[in-house]
Amino acid sequence: MTDRKIRVLVAKPGLDGHDRGAKTVASVLRDSGMEVIYTGLHQTPEMIAEVAVQEDVDVVGLSILSGAHMELFPRVREELKKRGLDHVLLTGGGIIPGEDMEKLESQGFAKLFGPGTRTDAIAEYIKTEMKRRWAHTS
Amino acid sequence: MSAQDVKQVDARALWQEAFEGARKRDVDFSSVSGSKLKGLYGPEDASVDFARDLGYPGQFPFTRGVHATMYRSRLWTMRQFAGFGSAQQTNERFKFLLEHGQTGLSTAFDFPTLMGYDSDHERSRGEVGQVGVAISSLRDMQTLMDGIPMADVSTSMTINGPAPILLAFYIACGERQGVDPKLLRGTVQNDILKEFQAQHAWIVPAEPALRMITDVMGYCSTHVPQWNTISISGYHIREAGSTAAQELAFTLANGMEYVKRGIAAGLDVDDFAPRLSFFFDSHIDFFEEIAKFRAARRIWARKMRDTFGAKDPKSWMVRFHTQTAGVTLTAQQPENNIVRTAFEALAAVLGGTQSLHTNSMDETLSLPTEKAVKIALRTQQIIAEETEVAHVIDPLAGSYFVEAQTNRLEAEAEKYFAEIERRGGVVPATEAGYIQREIHRSAVGYQAAVERGSKKVVGVNCYEEDHDRTPTIEIHKIDPAVERDQHQRLAEVRKKRDAAKAKSAIDDIRDACKGTDNLLERFVAAAHAECTLGEIAQVLRDEFGEYKEPKIL
Repeated sequence: MTDRKIRVLVAKPGLDGHDRGAKTVASVLRDSGMEVIYTGLHQTPEMIAEVAVQEDVDVVGLSILSGAHMELFPRVREELKKRGLDHVLLTGGGIIPGEDMEKLESQGFAKLFGPGTRTDAIAEYIKTEMKRRWAHTS
Repeated sequence: MSAQDVKQVDARALWQEAFEGARKRDVDFSSVSGSKLKGLYGPEDASVDFARDLGYPGQFPFTRGVHATMYRSRLWTMRQFAGFGSAQQTNERFKFLLEHGQTGLSTAFDFPTLMGYDSDHERSRGEVGQVGVAISSLRDMQTLMDGIPMADVSTSMTINGPAPILLAFYIACGERQGVDPKLLRGTVQNDILKEFQAQHAWIVPAEPALRMITDVMGYCSTHVPQWNTISISGYHIREAGSTAAQELAFTLANGMEYVKRGIAAGLDVDDFAPRLSFFFDSHIDFFEEIAKFRAARRIWARKMRDTFGAKDPKSWMVRFHTQTAGVTLTAQQPENNIVRTAFEALAAVLGGTQSLHTNSMDETLSLPTEKAVKIALRTQQIIAEETEVAHVIDPLAGSYFVEAQTNRLEAEAEKYFAEIERRGGVVPATEAGYIQREIHRSAVGYQAAVERGSKKVVGVNCYEEDHDRTPTIEIHKIDPAVERDQHQRLAEVRKKRDAAKAKSAIDDIRDACKGTDNLLERFVAAAHAECTLGEIAQVLRDEFGEYKEPKIL
């Protein structure tokens, strides 16, 4: 089980066109040994959940800088749930005020990352979290 | 060799020895774009033929500035980009800025507007009014400009995919205020190529999008002659992660593509080129940025005169707006952003900008508060009124270092022009993702440099403080009621308008899409008939299809 590669979907929900962060994180996660699928821009919550099913991912990372996170993040979570993907590690980042991060994390989101985060910290977090989860299930 | 020369050679050898023998700080001596820098520049580094490469301000090749007097006649336009929530809220912010001495307006639209969706479209949920103002109809535009004399103020609109539609709303709004379109002054960004490359708000594919741009150039040259029909933008390319040289090269390559398209559409280059304007980033590397602005003017002048055969000196000029670099702002210790912005603004002024937006300290956290916006505006006013830098034109000309950097950036841009040409031009290079990959490569490289510590960011990888996560300053939040109110306003517009007139305006647009009639003219008619942005954009989607981004990862 330990040799299995972590499969990550990096996704851009909504109409937000800022993809520098998402693409940078996607590249870094790939270089750190994960299988990374990047959705491209302007995705609806439904589109993201569909790709997550098709690609059988372990992690979904949402990136948003448009201020619409309180609308779109919960909807992505709902769509994943509808498709039986409750177990996926659902994380993300962008321009999200601290209080909103706390609210989302209390609703079942894993750790969310803000501006200035080191990309290796994100990779490390995902690896540690998946290791812990896989240890529980095996 | 004269005795004097011998002395010089000795002095230089002596310095070289001292310099090379000395211990240096263990840092990466390169520009923020990663260009290696020497410790000292001299005449041997800055080969400049004064007449050919610099000349005089207001004269070819405009390296020293586009006007003979520069800021001695008129300071740059202080133009803060603003827009959030409803048209009414943004109208109030506009008036606030004008009252505090701002001299031009600049409009930020929300994502639904930027993508051509009405506020009540399914895809607009949660995004209405968030990063800019929601404008779905002529009525919204009228509210936005209410009480602002459109004949007197110049307005910039940052919109691209639906730019001709928003411009049509603005023209129609002016007509309702009783203002002849000939008197309207302002800019519509209307630069779709950099949307495909960097900013990513689009509607239709490249060819129909470019046709709409030439329609705007054609229509405005007769009907709205004082309007800047495109603001060819490097800003978003740079913010997406490019280097200074890439920003310069891709922006000017895009500009040359628009010129080619205008000429191919049968327009006289001197009829439309004087109305092309530019928009650059002013990043944190002070001298590299100043050199970039100088290089931009020189390259464009040479291309326009020598390659495109423009005769009117106005066609040769790079007139540009500048915004300080949003990407250099940090969420950590946000007050430090005031200082970063001040240096960046100073570089823009020393580089000869025509107008300037200074970012607010809180913009990595949310839209700016009034207090933060005021400090940003005051930063420009301090540069203008207190530092005395505006008294002398192009004060850094002749600096060995600045001239060497200007030459280097010009040479690097030329290399990119050749590479783009080799790939069949800007459109094929963009559709194949080449430009996007180049930008991405630089973005990843810079991030790695910050994480390695070879590029420093105060508060992020040095001089950090604890309480990082929760911001310590006030945050501007958008009320969700804005979205509900917009739904109601749109429902009213649709109910009250003459339905037959609206339908016929939409049919006229459809016909023009299939043929070659000027689309902007049809959009103005549709604006008067109260057709909404989303309705008009939907016709474009039906007729032309939607742009699909190439996969680069």
